[in-house]
Amino acid sequence: MMELNLKTLTVHAAADLLASGELTSVELCQAYLDRIEDVDSEVKAFLKVDREKILAAATASDKRRASGEELSCYDGIPVGIKDCIVAADETCSCASKLLEPVVSPYDSTVVSRFKAKGFIPAGRLNMDEFAMGSSCENSAFQKTFNPWNLECVPGGSSGGSAACVAAGEMPISLGSDTGGSIRQPAAFCGVVGLKPTYGRVSRYGLVAFASSLDQIGPMSHDVLDAAIVLDTIGGGDENDSTSLPMPCEGFAEAVKAVKGQDLQGVRVGLPKEYFEAEGLSDSVKSGVEKAVATLKQLGAEIVEVSLPHTKYAVAVYYIIATAEASANLARFDGIRYGARKEADDLVATYFKSRGAGFGEEVKRRILLGTYVLSSGYYDAYYLRAQKVRTLIRRDFEQASEKCDIILTPVTPTPAFKLGEKSDPLQMYLSDIFTIALNLSGNCGISVPADICAETGMPVGVQFIAPALQEEKLLKIARIFELNREIKEFAPEL
Amino acid sequence: MADQGRIDVGYVAGLARIDIDPESKERLQRDMEEIVAYIEQLEELDVDGIEPTAHAVPLTNVWREDAAGESFPRDVMLANAPATVDDEEIKVPQVLPGEGMS
Repeated sequence: MMELNLKTLTVHAAADLLASGELTSVELCQAYLDRIEDVDSEVKAFLKVDREKILAAATASDKRRASGEELSCYDGIPVGIKDCIVAADETCSCASKLLEPVVSPYDSTVVSRFKAKGFIPAGRLNMDEFAMGSSCENSAFQKTFNPWNLECVPGGSSGGSAACVAAGEMPISLGSDTGGSIRQPAAFCGVVGLKPTYGRVSRYGLVAFASSLDQIGPMSHDVLDAAIVLDTIGGGDENDSTSLPMPCEGFAEAVKAVKGQDLQGVRVGLPKEYFEAEGLSDSVKSGVEKAVATLKQLGAEIVEVSLPHTKYAVAVYYIIATAEASANLARFDGIRYGARKEADDLVATYFKSRGAGFGEEVKRRILLGTYVLSSGYYDAYYLRAQKVRTLIRRDFEQASEKCDIILTPVTPTPAFKLGEKSDPLQMYLSDIFTIALNLSGNCGISVPADICAETGMPVGVQFIAPALQEEKLLKIARIFELNREIKEFAPEL
Repeated sequence: MADQGRIDVGYVAGLARIDIDPESKERLQRDMEEIVAYIEQLEELDVDGIEPTAHAVPLTNVWREDAAGESFPRDVMLANAPATVDDEEIKVPQVLPGEGMS
């Protein structure tokens, strides 16, 4: 079999090898399974990998291809799935003890759309419990480690999804993003992470955290793969009434077509508040500056824009997200599914099951959400937060009149060490650059931009476009990616 | 809202139906008060006359046909239940406290 560099192998490159007959799906999947065997005892990205099932699906794919029947060019390529997105006959624990025993009877829309194009859902990826966290340290089962430096966190909550792609254990994966949970771990692990416009991708089969903010998206080695995944999983769905009915395809073609293009005539906005933010590290600042230089060389015009309500975004987010979470997580009571702790009567069983099943961060957020919604506090907290959410949305609308795309840091610092942020509020504040988009509904993408000279850790930048303008977002991000100083991002591991 | 005093974590946990042990109660109390003090900075903003945003992309009245469809068979739905009666119903603890089971 040919030598594969799994740490950088993209879906589009794998598809070419499958099409030319240089590679079979069994060989490809076996290579990933071997890589998981080699490194996942250190990275710990996966909660579960069912080798036999994956190889059986790969064998079936090779048969389909050999028979000459018409099939998707991605047939036989594996994809890792975050453990809050259900797949039929697979566990879906959300990295919580409460859901540990649950096996899903159905496929989420994203998984069934992957399967329809021949992709093989392979493995359940670790995360912060119920997607609440920014470091993957809140999983009830294991911590995941950053493939670039095993003393560092991979970010969160989609830490397993980012780490497995960075470590070459999967070519792509799915994550979910409520306040930055795709983009932040992507930046920490040196991979691409896309948060589509709210409603682009069906949430049917995604365990809900904050329903008005949650969005599923891809993590990948490059922007073209992110576009391929969006083409595959996006578009309206009758099972999710908040999904947007407009077509969601053609992104991969659009992204392929930018080869050789520059950014002449494109106005890139730098929101000044993001660069005045407290705690912005030199390495991230310098990563963004290098990206700006690349964009300028490509002919882009750099303009300053203002998002004046930036400093309120974290406060708004932790009211709205926790309020929605307290309602969404009320359903987990140990009665119809999940781990039940039996007590004398029904209500006592709820208390005991939830007390034993939820981890501390999840409890903290449910309590906070319950508090801000409780009688007498609703107007002061929740309603006020929703109004400030309107101001944040208007900030983006006004900024987008002055520029075609916004460029920002993704995180204040590169990946931090495990255990470094033990104070919950400090952890929340590290989401400052990512959460405003979830509140406003814009789409955004995190793209690797630099490697910190001192620590050797990757640094990402975030491009932000108005709602539904993924085509522009992906094309500009791709042009940047093809022209940035560092061509390949791969850890030594 | 600044001077509403300490958050009664026990009361809030009761509303959320979560058992909290005394040790973590103290920690949660401290964390929640710190976080609530932080989010109260929203008070500085004048939000009079601003419409609240409930959803980033407002869609209203999404209808579908009221048509009967396939549902999951009972055994599939019961497969995840922690306890069942003869694999036909979900078994639950006593609902009304204090009364003997008939």
